[in-house]
Amino acid sequence: MTSGNDFAMSCPVPAGDGEIIQLAHGGGGRAMGRLLDTVIRPAFDEPMLEQRHDGAVLHIGGPIAFTTDSYVVKPLVFPGGDIGTLAVNGTVNDLAMCGARPLYLSVGFILEEGLPIAILRRIAMSMREAAATAGVRLVTGDTKVVDRGKADGMFINTAGVGRTVASAPIEPNSVRPGDIVILSGDIGRHGISVMAAREGFAFETAIESDCAPLAAPVLDLIEAGIAVHCLRDLTRGGLASALVEVAEATRLAVSLEEQSIPVCAEVTAACELLGLDPIHVANEGRFIAFVAPEDAQRAIALLQRHGVTSAAALIGKVVGGPAGQISCRGPFGVQRIIDMLNGEQLPRIC
Amino acid sequence: MKFRDEYRDPAAAHRFAEAISRSVTRPWTLMEVCGGQTHAIVRFGIDRLLPPKVSLVHGPGCPVCVTPVEYIDKAIEIASRPEVTLCSFGDMLRVPGTEGDLLGARARGGDVRFVYSPLDALAVARAEPDRQVVFFAVGFETTAPANAMAVYRARREGIRNFSMLVSHVLVPPAMCALLDAPTNRVQGFLAAGHVCTVMGYEEYDPIAARYRVPIVVTGFEPLDILEGVYMCVLQLEQGRGEVENQYSRSVRREGNRPAQDVIREVFQIVPRRWRGIGEIAQSGLGLSDAYLDYDAEIRFGRVETAAEQEVECISGLVLRGERKPSECPAFGTRCTPDRPLGVTMVSGEGACAAYYRYRRTNGSVGGGG
Repeated sequence: MTSGNDFAMSCPVPAGDGEIIQLAHGGGGRAMGRLLDTVIRPAFDEPMLEQRHDGAVLHIGGPIAFTTDSYVVKPLVFPGGDIGTLAVNGTVNDLAMCGARPLYLSVGFILEEGLPIAILRRIAMSMREAAATAGVRLVTGDTKVVDRGKADGMFINTAGVGRTVASAPIEPNSVRPGDIVILSGDIGRHGISVMAAREGFAFETAIESDCAPLAAPVLDLIEAGIAVHCLRDLTRGGLASALVEVAEATRLAVSLEEQSIPVCAEVTAACELLGLDPIHVANEGRFIAFVAPEDAQRAIALLQRHGVTSAAALIGKVVGGPAGQISCRGPFGVQRIIDMLNGEQLPRIC
Repeated sequence: MKFRDEYRDPAAAHRFAEAISRSVTRPWTLMEVCGGQTHAIVRFGIDRLLPPKVSLVHGPGCPVCVTPVEYIDKAIEIASRPEVTLCSFGDMLRVPGTEGDLLGARARGGDVRFVYSPLDALAVARAEPDRQVVFFAVGFETTAPANAMAVYRARREGIRNFSMLVSHVLVPPAMCALLDAPTNRVQGFLAAGHVCTVMGYEEYDPIAARYRVPIVVTGFEPLDILEGVYMCVLQLEQGRGEVENQYSRSVRREGNRPAQDVIREVFQIVPRRWRGIGEIAQSGLGLSDAYLDYDAEIRFGRVETAAEQEVECISGLVLRGERKPSECPAFGTRCTPDRPLGVTMVSGEGACAAYYRYRRTNGSVGGGG
């Protein structure tokens, strides 16, 4: 496994059968060994993988956080990211939401027969970059190949462990009436970016996914002694689902100011066109924080120092009830309910 | 955001609401025809800005809601055929037929895809000549031109593996049917702005004259709706019953002639059954004789009219503006978007779904009227 091999594989010779994924690449034999040696290990560049062991042996002191997530997205590459950046940042962010410093990730690839190896290499490289940015190591993995038509190019599972740094539990149970809800940035970019790439919409300005690691700003909050009671990253289902999940778990309610929820002009326009509400559109680099009211302004100031959370805003507060309900005061001062979507987000007819 | 924020300005909204309050001396019941308007009214709470004397009731203009159940059943049947790719607008996929919906048909192996335009469905037919591609064409006059264009192009390009299951409906005959009903309580209409963008509003003159009812062509933004209400209330207070155009930035009196031409080329006016309302004469569009080769009902068998099942659901009354969603005993309890008893709870533009989505709360559900 040298960079020479890597060079050989990216040499622009006519693409033979060797340049696409075949079932043999998942068969546990020579072909699989070559794939790992020429694509995955050079991309990940992780000494622990060089031990070619069945697993990674880690030394982690203190309580740890542990999470896993599987990533399926079509198309595999979209403005602002790809399935690889999603797979790293998604798991990094889940650890961060537990108040943990993300340390190690495992990577499981399920590849579809016929996938161009150049794409796999690109995805693996962006995983390395994302891991480096987030400060995590990709220390163990697995590769399987399934028949053509059985996967959208590739699926990725990542699991991650991190060391818990928060002294008090960061979980829905810790939320109290009066807590302030902070949103870390503008919403809806990832969902619109992927939808536009998938459906071939051409907006005047390309909307890039917000896919990003969130551990650094979150750890900053915790280390500065902010009383962070609960964190939740916004993924599918958008801001609405994250709020409803926390409210239902706590049996408390949240009261929002619609005008204070940041949405960029491009996402607003796309949502108007498609009949979508930005609060239901997916994100991959945003979170909400429930913090004690006396710490709210300091938390926002800390977050605004980080690029990824520079547009952090106070969007609402926790109130006693009705249990599980999110209400939102609109531009005309009238309250409305915000709920999770029922099933898929489907554009309207007209 | 330009072209939107100026129509959501809170100060201007309150000025309109005050102007309406000053003008009203008697109770009036107005109907917004279009589901898009209903959605905006409930989302922004526009009805709650109005004086108690002005009541808004919600009209039949939700294409998903009024599509007869037998057409949903037919679409599911067609989608279940192995040679067929059925394309539809997204929000049709969840609408329940007699048994199940199109999402269920897809889960059972049917090739069901949602598209943003009927021309996308035509592109599927062009790209996959071995598949029978069927587009499920529903909607009002708004979606008719694009649907007509898809069939027109299919014929011009000689694309044979494309057909359309058509359940199009027309607004003016439905307004007449509502006004003719002995139980009618609608005294003025906010006509659907986008329908009129296509069709113009000449065809509303005879209705306004015959029933002495104000009809104000109205847009979809909060200030559009408030201005439409204001214009309608002024007419009622002054004893006028005329057609006026609030939505002049989009609607011309004669409408969009080329769009009307392609509708006339491809479609003909037919009787149509409306879910929850019943058959209304001359209220639908079907493919004209010259385009019958593209009729999915000829290719895959006629739709058989089904008797509507008796359920504990008042969606017919809601679609006719005779009841509000919150007046239904099943609302929010036995009927929710997860387990809808009727279509007005399914579609994003259905009045019941809009009430549930934005107003479901202990006892304080309801309009401002």
